[in-house]
Amino acid sequence: MNKENIVQLKNISVAFDEQVILDNLSLDIKDKEFITFLGPSGCGKTTTLRLIAGFLEPDEGDVLFEGKKINGVPAYKRQVNTIFQRYALFPHLNVYENVAFGLRIKKLPENEIKQKVEEMLKLVNLSGLERRHIDTLSGGQQQRVAIARAIANHPKVLLLDEPLAALDLKLRKDMQKELKKIQQQLGITFVFVTHDQEEALTMSDRVVVMDGGKIQQVGTPQDIYNEPQNAFVADFIGESNIVDGKMLKDFYVEFSGAKFDCLDKGFDKNELVDVVVRPEDVDIVPVDKGMLTGVVTSVSFLGVHYEIIVDIGGFKWMIQTTDEHFVDDKVGLYIEPDAIHIMKKSEYSGLYGDYSSYSEEIDHLSDIIEEE
Amino acid sequence: MNKKSFGSQLLAAPHIVWSIIFIVVPLFIMLYFAFTNADGGFTLENVKQIGLYKKAFGISILYAVIATLITLLIAYPMAYFMTKVNISSQRMLMMIVMIPMWMNFLIRTYSWITILANTGIINTFLKSIGLGPVKLINTPGAVILGMVYDFLPYMILPIYSVMSKIDKSLLEASEDLGSNAFNKFRRVILPLSRPGIISGITMVFVPSVSTFYISQKLGGNKTMLVGDVIEYFFNAGPDYYNVASAISMVLMIMILVCMVIMNRFSDDDSEGVII
Repeated sequence: MNKENIVQLKNISVAFDEQVILDNLSLDIKDKEFITFLGPSGCGKTTTLRLIAGFLEPDEGDVLFEGKKINGVPAYKRQVNTIFQRYALFPHLNVYENVAFGLRIKKLPENEIKQKVEEMLKLVNLSGLERRHIDTLSGGQQQRVAIARAIANHPKVLLLDEPLAALDLKLRKDMQKELKKIQQQLGITFVFVTHDQEEALTMSDRVVVMDGGKIQQVGTPQDIYNEPQNAFVADFIGESNIVDGKMLKDFYVEFSGAKFDCLDKGFDKNELVDVVVRPEDVDIVPVDKGMLTGVVTSVSFLGVHYEIIVDIGGFKWMIQTTDEHFVDDKVGLYIEPDAIHIMKKSEYSGLYGDYSSYSEEIDHLSDIIEEE
Repeated sequence: MNKKSFGSQLLAAPHIVWSIIFIVVPLFIMLYFAFTNADGGFTLENVKQIGLYKKAFGISILYAVIATLITLLIAYPMAYFMTKVNISSQRMLMMIVMIPMWMNFLIRTYSWITILANTGIINTFLKSIGLGPVKLINTPGAVILGMVYDFLPYMILPIYSVMSKIDKSLLEASEDLGSNAFNKFRRVILPLSRPGIISGITMVFVPSVSTFYISQKLGGNKTMLVGDVIEYFFNAGPDYYNVASAISMVLMIMILVCMVIMNRFSDDDSEGVII
C-alpha cells in the first residue's frame, strides 16, 4: 500500500439508533501532515476521530493504519494518542505521574521515564510543576499536561478533539501557534477536530470540511477558501454572497441581471450555477460606474473595516469596505473577474449566502443550529 | 453579614439542640457512669475490669473484620457491574439493593433463622437428598453471614456512588495511553473508587463491631460479642450500669481510633472524603 498515507478510511459508515453519523466516508491521511476536520456540531468529525483512536468501530468500511486493516484492534494497541476535549487528566495523579502514565504501562525503567517526562514537560513549558496536583493548574496548564501526556508515548498519529475549545481567545491563539510548532518539531501526523474555521485555516496543511456525515471538500486552506466546492463550504468558511447564476459560456456568467467576465470554465452552455463573491472582493463605486446597483440597508463598523449590507434587486449582499457609507445611499458595485467563483448546483444551493436576515438574528439562528 | 449569619444559625438551631440532648448529654452520662461506682463516687474500677472481656472484644473485632472484608469482596464487583449496565437496569439493581434496608432489621435477622435452622429450609432440602442435617445455625459462620447480609447495602451504595461519577473519558484516556482492561482497573478505576471503599468499610465495620442482636439470634449463646456483653449488663439492672458504660466507652474509643486510621488512608491522596 501507499507508504505515504499513514491512516486510510475506506467507505466508512456509522449509525447510532438508525441515525446516520458517517455516510460512506473515505479519506487518506498523509504521514506527518497537519489535517483538520472542520464542521458544525453533529457533522461526524469527532466520530471520525474516535474511529481512528479505536473507541468506536465502523458499521461498514475499513480503517487502515500504515496500509494494514485495524478494524477490531482495541484502542490500547493502536499507535495513536488522543488529546481529549476536556483533557481527561487523571485527578488522582500529579503532573509527573500523568505524563508518565503511558510510559509506566510500557514498563520502561525509572530513569528513562524520568528523562522522558522532563523532556516532555520542557517541550510544553511546564518544567518545575512536576509535583503539582491537576486541580491546582489553570486551564492552559492542564491543556499542556494533556499534550505532554499524549506525545510522551511517541504516537505516530496524534488525535486532537477540539483541544482549544475551553480556552479563552488569547490563550487559544498562543496554543494554536504552539501546537503547530510542536507538530513540526516532532514530525508526527496531527489530526485536529474543530468547529472554528479560523483555527482550521491558520493551523492546517489540509482541511476536511464535513457536514451531515459526509466530506464536503478536502484541500489546503487556500483551496477551501478560494475555490469552495459548494454553497455549504463557501458559507461555512468565511463570509460569502452566494447568488443564482447562469453560465452563458466559458469565462462568461450572468447573475443579478448583469453579465460578468470570470475565470471559470468547463460548465455546460447555459448551465445553472451558484456564484460566490467574497464580501472583501467587491468594490463600491459611484452608481453610474457600477456593474450592479443597490441601496445600503445596514452599516456596522468592525474596526478594520465596515460591513455593509446592500440590497440588489431584493437579494442582500454583504460587502466589506474601509470607506464609510450610510443607510439609504445608492451605490454601484464593481466585481473583478477573479473575484467571481462559480460552483455547481448542490443540495445546499439556495440555503446559504443571502444576508437578508442579517443582524443579531443570524447569530441567534446559528446558535439554534449549534444546539441541534 | 451579621444578619445573614444569625439567620443561618437559626436554621441550624434545631439540629444543635437535638445533638445536645440526644448525643452530647448521653455521652456525658455514659462517661459519668463509667468513672463512678454504685454510690456515685469516682473510681477506675470499671475501666480496670475491661480486661475480663478481652475475649469478647477480640471476637467482635475479628468477626467485624472478616464480615467487612467479605462485604467488600461482594460489594465491589457488584457496584462495578451496576455502573456498567444501562440506566434503567441501574435503577432496578439499586432498588434490589435498597429494598432489604426498608425492612425491619429484626425481621431480616429472624428470617435467616428459618433458613439456617436444623429444621430450616436448607437442612430440609439436604435431608431430602440424604446429605444432612448440617449444623448451620449457632455457628460463627452464621453470625458473620448475618453481618454481611445486613450491612451489604452500606458497602455497595458508597462504592457505587463514587464509581458512577468516574468520568468515562478518563477510562478512554487510560486505554488510549496503552492500558488493557487490567491496567485500566488497577491504575484508574481502583484508585478513583478508593474514597467509596473507605467510606463503605467504615459504614460496615462500625455497626458490625458493636452489633449484639445478630450474634444472639444466629450464634446461639456461645459467641459473646462486645455488644452482647454491654446489653447483658444493662439488662442486669442499675447496679451494672457502671461496668456497661465503661465497656461502651472503650468500644467507642476503639471505633474512633479505627476511623481516624481509615481517614488517614484517604487523606494520603488529598482525595479525602468526610465520612
